[in-house]
Parts: sequence; structure tokens; C-alpha cells
Amino acid sequence: MIEEGRALFLQIAESVEDAIIDGSLAEEAQAPSTNELAAFYRINPATAAKGVAMLADKGVLSKRRGIGMFVAPGARDLLLNERRNAFADRFVEPLLVEARKLGLGPEDLELLIRDRASAAAAPTMEGNAR
Amino acid sequence: MTTGTHVIEVNGLTKRYRDVVAVDDVSFTIEKDTIYGLLGRNGAGKTTVMSILTAQNFATSGDVRVFGLPPYENAKVLSRMCFVRESQKYPDDALPKHAFATAKLFFPNWDDELAAQLIDDFQLPMKTRIKKMSRGQLSAVGVIIGIASRAEITFFDEPYLGLDAVARQVFYDRLLEDYVTHPRTIILSSHLIDEVSNLIERVLVIDHGRILIDEATDAIRDRAANIVGDVAAVDAFVAGREVIHRESLGRVASVTVLGHLTASDRAELASAGLDVTPVSLQQLIVRTTQRAASEAATAEEGALR
Repeated sequence: MIEEGRALFLQIAESVEDAIIDGSLAEEAQAPSTNELAAFYRINPATAAKGVAMLADKGVLSKRRGIGMFVAPGARDLLLNERRNAFADRFVEPLLVEARKLGLGPEDLELLIRDRASAAAAPTMEGNAR
Repeated sequence: MTTGTHVIEVNGLTKRYRDVVAVDDVSFTIEKDTIYGLLGRNGAGKTTVMSILTAQNFATSGDVRVFGLPPYENAKVLSRMCFVRESQKYPDDALPKHAFATAKLFFPNWDDELAAQLIDDFQLPMKTRIKKMSRGQLSAVGVIIGIASRAEITFFDEPYLGLDAVARQVFYDRLLEDYVTHPRTIILSSHLIDEVSNLIERVLVIDHGRILIDEATDAIRDRAANIVGDVAAVDAFVAGREVIHRESLGRVASVTVLGHLTASDRAELASAGLDVTPVSLQQLIVRTTQRAASEAATAEEGALR
């Protein structure tokens, strides 16, 4: 669950973000507390608190005095947009680098992606037909 | 949890045994309600530092303050500190209940219920004399005292000796659980760095009696990276960077570099066909310690010439 070589508080923040993105943690819902996160991931509560504080700074979580942290309205869109940019940096960029080595242009890549995507989709369609 | 208040202040601490310098002009502070990892090799000076802080050993020179006061023969300071020693001695005929009763007398925050729970968790045989206990059971007695005393500062000196993986996990879990509800300062000396890396908020690495690293654990987690790939490409990338370790096998090199990798570094690595693998806290500390040792050796050679 926790990987080496990356700041823990970032990983904790990401785990909360993932839950917001996949909808298991809805907007306006109460977010897990620092102590809950610390107990679940078996990490120092100060580290968990740093992750939660980062999400609050970003506007993903908002504090309700005396009750705790809640998912801010619009948090999901904010995160999706951020992840989309990160996705382009992390995956599309190296994809283009490797494609260039193989002499593949953007059109070739598009074809390849459509090809694979339809191959991956096919078994599911069969499954639905049954 | 970090409040910025210091519960311990050490200035220019030196401890000499005849001609051996165990602790060499060390200065550091310990923040309130923070879990520290005191890490280092055997004989690095960890136990000596903890003994001096708990007034069980004398400093040759330097100033030590706990809660702002010198700890020596100061009952007000000592009853707020608990030192779980690796080699704790108990009276010959003592049963665990005697050890716990003594701890209860000494530590004002002692919690009987918590102690009973821990005895159960560690399956400590209460009818066995401590002298007859296995190494692991002996360690469990110390760990139970360390946690249930809820002292404002608790030192654990390699508390896991003889404890198996399951019992060690019980220790880490119970310590963290109780710390969440009763925040306090904990100084954990350990060799099992990766086991405690998620637990500790700050790292103090001591080597040859000197402090090598004194930082927030999270700040050093992404401090170093291994760059792996073709020797020439690796060399081109690491040129001008701080290299702390290098290994090679034929045309493939693996080099550990210090410094955070930026997005453009990562893009450069990807286009050069190089792989990046993470460096665990344990690896980083081993490498840093080795480098310090080789630098010291080089300096000595230079002095001899």
C-alpha cells in the first residue's frame, strides 16, 4: 500500500484523492480523520496530518469547526483536471518518446490505441451478449 | 504534533572512556510529543546518549537539559522519563507483577488497564520469574513498562530483541495507538530501520559519536534515487550530482544520487532509457554512513601523508 522513496504525506493525500475520484468518498461527505488515517496505514499521525493539511490547502477538503474535515464541493473536478495533466506528463510524454524511436507519428499512435482499446472492449461485449 | 517546544536540549555533549570517544561534541534538540528514530550502527553512541539523558551515565563535558533542567539526581525530571534498556536487570526472584508494581510506583501516569491489555497481547507468562524468561519475553516486559508508564519522554533502546515479527508488529501498533490518544515524546533506537520508518516523525542518525542526519523522516524519503541503466548514459546523467553509491555489472550501472528528481530530470531519464528505483530509508542511511566512513578514512590518510 505504501511505497518506498516517496514522501508519505503525499501518498496519504493521494489515497484520499483516489477515494474522491472513484466516488467512494462523495463531495460534502466527512473525510477520514488524521487518527483514522494513521491507524489504517500504520503511520505517524503527524505525517497523516500533513497530508490532510495539504488537501485542505488545495481546496479539496474544508474544515468544519468542531466536526472535522469534509470533501469540498467541486473537489472531484479539481482533482480530475489535476490528474489529467499529470497523466499527460507521466504516460503520454514517455509514450511519445518511445514512439519517436520506432518512427511512429501521432496518427500511428492513435490507430494503435484504437486497435488495442477495441480489442480490450470486445470480450466484455461478448460477455454482455451471453 | 510538532509544537516547536523542546523537551531535551543537548549542547556540545562529549563522552570519553579512557582514550575512546563514544560521543563527540554532539548538539541536538528533541521536540515535544514527537516520535524520533535514533539510528546508527552498533557502538555508534546511541545507548551512551540515552544513558546520559536519563542520568544513568555522566557526560565528560557539555550541557544536557531535560524539561529545561539538568537531569542528575533530579527526581522531578526523572519521574517524567522512562528508559527501556536493552539489558535491563531485575532482582533475581522478581516476577513480572513485581516489575510492573515498581513501575507503577515510579511513573505517575502508569495505566493498569493498558498494562493488563499488553500482557495479554504479548502473551506474557505472569508466573515465570523474569530471570527464567526467554529473550523475547524479557523484551516484552520492557516494552509493556515503556508503553504503560506513559512517561512524557520514553526511550526504547532496541526493544525488539528476541521478539518475532508478529510480536514486533504488536509493539508498533500498540505504541502508535496509545501515542494517538496520549501524545508524548518517544525516542526509539533501532536497527530495523524499514520497520520503524513509517512510525517515526524525525530521524537522528548517529555515527562514530557524531550526528550525521537530524531531519524530518518525510523530508529524506525522496532525498535519493537509484539510477539504473547503460554505464555511459548513467554517467552522463549523474555528472555534477552528488553520488553516494555506485555499483556496476558489465555495461549496466546502478548509481545512488542525492537530491530530489524534478519533472525535467525524470523526462531526461526516460528519454535516455534509464530506470529510476526508489531508495528506502534504510538504504539511504546505510549509504550515508558508509560514505561518512570512507570520507573519514580519506581524511586520515591525507593527515598521515
